[in-house]
Amino acid sequence: MWHLLPREIESLWTLFTAPVIWALHFLFCYIGAAIFCEKPDFLGLSFNNLRVAIGIITVPALIMILVSATLAWRQWEFGTDDPPHDDPSRRDRLLFQGYATLLLSGLSFVAVIFTALPALFITECIR
Amino acid sequence: MSADEMHGQDTSAEEKQLRAVWSNPSGWRYWTSVNNTEVGLWYGSTAFAFMLFAGLLGLLVRAQLAVPENDLLSAEFYNQVYTLHGTVMMFLFAVPIFEAVAIFLLPSMLGARELPFPRLGAFGFWSFLIGGVFVCGSIFFNAAPNAGWFMYPPLATSEQAGIGADIWLLGLSFIEVASLAAAVELIVGIMKCRAPGMRVNIMPLFAWYLLIVAGMILFAFPPLIAGDLLFEMQRMFDWPFFDPERGGDPLLWQHLFWIFGHPEVYIIFLPAIALLAMIIPTFAGRPIVGYSWIVLAAVGTGFLSFGLWVHHMFATGLPQISLAFFSAASEAVAIPTGVQIFVFVATMLAGRVVFSIPMLFAMGGIAIFVMGGLTGVMVALVPFDWQAHDTYFVVAHLHYVLIGGMLFPVFAGLYYYYPLIDGKHMSERVGRFAFWMMFVGFNITFFPMHIAGLRGMPRRVFTYPGDLGWDWLNLMSTMGAVVLGIGMFAVVVDVTLHRRRQPRGEVNPWNAGTLEWISEPEEKWGMRSIPRITSRYPLWHQKGLAEEVKRGDWYLPHAREGRRETLVTSVLDAEPEQVLRVGGTSYITIISAVTLGIVFVALTFKWWMVSLVSGVAFLVAILYWLWTGTGHIPEKEEKDVGRGLSLPLYASGVKSVGWWAMFITMVGDGTAFGSLVFGYFFFWTIHQDFTGGLSGPGVFWPMMALGLFAAAWAATVGAREVNRRGYVGLARALIVIGAVSALAGCGAALAGPWTSGMDPTAHVYPAIVWVLVIWTAVHGAVGVIMQVYCLARSLAGRMTPRHDMEIRNVALYWHFTLVTALITFGVVGLFPEAL
Repeated sequence: MWHLLPREIESLWTLFTAPVIWALHFLFCYIGAAIFCEKPDFLGLSFNNLRVAIGIITVPALIMILVSATLAWRQWEFGTDDPPHDDPSRRDRLLFQGYATLLLSGLSFVAVIFTALPALFITECIR
Repeated sequence: MSADEMHGQDTSAEEKQLRAVWSNPSGWRYWTSVNNTEVGLWYGSTAFAFMLFAGLLGLLVRAQLAVPENDLLSAEFYNQVYTLHGTVMMFLFAVPIFEAVAIFLLPSMLGARELPFPRLGAFGFWSFLIGGVFVCGSIFFNAAPNAGWFMYPPLATSEQAGIGADIWLLGLSFIEVASLAAAVELIVGIMKCRAPGMRVNIMPLFAWYLLIVAGMILFAFPPLIAGDLLFEMQRMFDWPFFDPERGGDPLLWQHLFWIFGHPEVYIIFLPAIALLAMIIPTFAGRPIVGYSWIVLAAVGTGFLSFGLWVHHMFATGLPQISLAFFSAASEAVAIPTGVQIFVFVATMLAGRVVFSIPMLFAMGGIAIFVMGGLTGVMVALVPFDWQAHDTYFVVAHLHYVLIGGMLFPVFAGLYYYYPLIDGKHMSERVGRFAFWMMFVGFNITFFPMHIAGLRGMPRRVFTYPGDLGWDWLNLMSTMGAVVLGIGMFAVVVDVTLHRRRQPRGEVNPWNAGTLEWISEPEEKWGMRSIPRITSRYPLWHQKGLAEEVKRGDWYLPHAREGRRETLVTSVLDAEPEQVLRVGGTSYITIISAVTLGIVFVALTFKWWMVSLVSGVAFLVAILYWLWTGTGHIPEKEEKDVGRGLSLPLYASGVKSVGWWAMFITMVGDGTAFGSLVFGYFFFWTIHQDFTGGLSGPGVFWPMMALGLFAAAWAATVGAREVNRRGYVGLARALIVIGAVSALAGCGAALAGPWTSGMDPTAHVYPAIVWVLVIWTAVHGAVGVIMQVYCLARSLAGRMTPRHDMEIRNVALYWHFTLVTALITFGVVGLFPEAL
């Protein structure tokens, strides 16, 4: 049977979820701004709409990163065990992956906020 | 005879056979070796030689700038010298040296006999050598590239740029192919060839870093290849991609170049940091503090580094909000970068540090890098960058980053890993002298450049007047460069002359804990037997492991069938899955590299026939390579690898390394294609009417082509399925149908722009449509070659329902080609209609 997400969470890919969300958010901001400023007539909307759109899209991006962080936190068994997670066991491998994913979610969270900040301060397509 | 004696005889016979299977040929045939230690050593030595050459060019630059109004070098020659200095350092030293180190070290670090595709590694090396000599040699014919290492149009597309620009574009494209080959090799090697039990939470940090870096190469190099393609089409055939008069835009090149160029900085930096992550725990005498944090830093940097490219373009007049996004990402990347530095500091504080030569270079490198990182945070701010852009401040910044973040760590690695080459050690005394000369010389050279830059000295001027306050700063830089040069020269003397007189010493003089220190330099088998790993530092924590491995107590201690073999394990937990037979010594790697090299060199000089003939020869060589070297049907299903474990000898589909190699290659290929599509929409964005009023390819032919490509895809996938179920005849018929549809699809693809009379030299719109369509048609044609290959394999009895890796890999190729076709024909056919 086909699944959108692999049924077993045992994959290396979960590690990359949060940074991928950052990348998509970043691309949305960059492409949106580029089209808005190069082709002002194309969408016929004012620059403020772009700023609002960036603000709106930032919310789901942050929520998805938080979900990824929560899943990672659960995989890390809520921090009941301290790192370094270097036992040669499946459990320690899972704890390590959970912990690393949690850390990456934190970084991605901050990076998404960084990326969205310019929309707060810049009000027009000045060059 | 006692049981022990019998066992002793067995192992000595085993050892003899293993040695014979893995031995290199002697005499001139030595150069046909594909063994990772040989290829790694050649690769590293060649990259070092290029570095010394580029270093001399750097000294020439400094000699010219030592005093104002100097006429030591002419302006034209100076342009060639600094362009080649940058180009060679970046493309022929910084990236290849890490490939070299990885090829040399990774197998033994992971507990593998070999990387999965040793011949591919050798092919990469020969391509690198040929391309590198071609690019470097140009300066002796006064024909070197002269437009700066990033080759900006319109200067580099103009007549002034001469043949040097073609040499740069084609020579480096060739080397990029080698880098992509290395990326495929490293990703598959790290994911699938680790020793049993080496789960992802205990694999060496070096492997973690290299995995990330190889992934970055996959997404960073293809945009440059796409850019090179557009650039060369303009230079050769006058397709106006970067010519504003016909709708082009020089900024597109800057985008494509820096989408490659900024991640490249991290592609260079991360492997060097990876070396430090191996060295510092050894000399601190304890495991690294914050293993997971390093993984966070590596992955985080890997991603964020793709959001930085526009910070090289702050002065190009893009909207400020765009600049601000990239400025924000550039500041954010300082977080993971800083994390790594703190992890190292913490490890040193928690242990007892031994200040050996590798450690000196490591700490000197960190100190220099931190300073370069801080000026990096400064130039990542748009207003400051507008002041410092294109001045010597940037020159100072980038040398602090690259020399601190890459050259010093590489020297640390050289001193650290030298005993693994032949058991000899480098001189402690010379090392100490060299380090201090380099460290002091470096700072005297590059620190004054910050000030010269802030005083307004622009980059790339071949001379300057004496009354601007730049003269003493430049003289100081030049004197520092000489000191730096003396330091490097001392290392060269140590490596080439001094060591010959050295006696062989201990192989693990530092008491390091990681697996690579088990290897025996004089043996070519990599590992006498492949152990089960239960620790991040197996030599510290698994007592007696080295002896057990060397006695042949562990897995795969023999080569009874006379084949080179290594273990394939699962991605996460490294459970043994397969015995992989890897390619041995062969001429075909050299022949393939030479024929492909001639294609690129001949294109530079526009020798079309030579290029065509050589291209065909390359294709034949590759087919011969595949036919004779891959997809062997083993003589038995399983093999006993010792300790009661028996593993299959054949795998196809997702389980096989070949499938992964195809997948990874096609991801890179897809990125290059994506960059061309980016180009299409870039032109749409910047123009009111991006078609320039010219007619497009219409809807009929693109949709026809899409239908035929889809049919070719369906037939290929169908062939895979019916072949698996045993209907071999039907599978062959489907392959033929697939090939015919694909050929027809290629024809239909080209018919679109052809029948509409689109002239690619008239305007950028027809040019970009042609490029997309040709790209897709070429992929279709390659797909046909693959289909015919599968048919031939099937007819020759080399591909069967059970042994079907060929058709599975080709079906995978067609998945990607179908996506390419969908996007291409959707974009060129439907997008203009939708507007």
